[in-house]
Amino acid sequence: MQPDHDHEGLVLTEEQRRRRRNRSIALALVLAALVVLFYAITLVKGPGVLQRPI
Amino acid sequence: MSLVEGQGLGTTDVTPRLSTADVGDFFALMKPRVMSLVVFTALVGMVIAPGHLHWVLSLTALLCIAVGAGAAGALNMWYDADIDVKMRRTAKRPIPAGRVMPGEALAYGITLSVFAVTCLGLFVNVAAAALLAFTIFFYVVIYSMLLKRATPQNIVIGGAAGALPPMIGWAAVTGGLSIEPIILFLIIFIWTPPHFWALALYHTGDYERAGVPMLPVVSGDRETRRQIMLYTVLLAPLGMAPWLFGFGGIFYAGVSSIGGAMMLWLAFRVWRQGSAADVKENAKPSKQLFGFSILYLFLLFAALLAEHAVAALTG
Repeated sequence: MQPDHDHEGLVLTEEQRRRRRNRSIALALVLAALVVLFYAITLVKGPGVLQRPI
Repeated sequence: MSLVEGQGLGTTDVTPRLSTADVGDFFALMKPRVMSLVVFTALVGMVIAPGHLHWVLSLTALLCIAVGAGAAGALNMWYDADIDVKMRRTAKRPIPAGRVMPGEALAYGITLSVFAVTCLGLFVNVAAAALLAFTIFFYVVIYSMLLKRATPQNIVIGGAAGALPPMIGWAAVTGGLSIEPIILFLIIFIWTPPHFWALALYHTGDYERAGVPMLPVVSGDRETRRQIMLYTVLLAPLGMAPWLFGFGGIFYAGVSSIGGAMMLWLAFRVWRQGSAADVKENAKPSKQLFGFSILYLFLLFAALLAEHAVAALTG
């Protein structure tokens, strides 16, 4: 399918691109930290990781 | 990822708005200064609680409490965006300043709330998670949506939300509650009105413009100064309750008595100012009381933390 060159769509400014990139990087770092944290919790709690006292 | 929000119904402007929020804006939404006090008081609740929680789970609990508190802050900023824009003190916040779209803040706050409560419940215990959920609900629904714009007692009742973190910390370790965290709750609860009313005294114009019925706006500054004095008279001895009930030692007794005396002196200076014109002309006593009240609460909890840390280290 050929791209529609007549339809420009939204064009981000450099500043908007930078901010979008920063948000994406921050989200990626948070997700990576969560992976590490959940792994550590699994190691601490062992097989009963979802067994918890009321 | 770009976030695009339309302009809503009833408008002829169909230009999509792109998110211009930076990472710092999302962090600012969480009210980091409030969050740090919440985490600190929760930490003290955890440290003084009997029992033991693995350090990874303790860190997880603190993280969940921090994120939950931040989420409540974001939801509060979402709801109060219309009055924040009218107040000098809050006009530069991310939503009134236009950097974060309301829908973004709402989604952010809800996602973080659900995530924090779920993780706390799954990895620590349900009691702490339930208290965290209640705290978020109380701050967002009871305080922000119902009380803040309706009654001058908004900060008195709503202050319970800020007083709950030590109880959450305690419950994270023990799975329940006891008299000690309830006393810590009461200290913060009684501390909240004089702390916020001292701030409100030199921001009365802001609250008036925004239509928020803070006590100085509704009942005048003379009544506000009287109530600040009354609450501080209650607070000073209450601050010593941990020592009286045996979970604060002699160091805590010293810190709480000197801090309480200082609070009484500063509240007395505010009370004796005499007139609204005097308060407007000289905001120094109110500012000093506001500033010291933060230090006072920090010192009380720091003293408890220090005593228990030293006791743990020396066996």
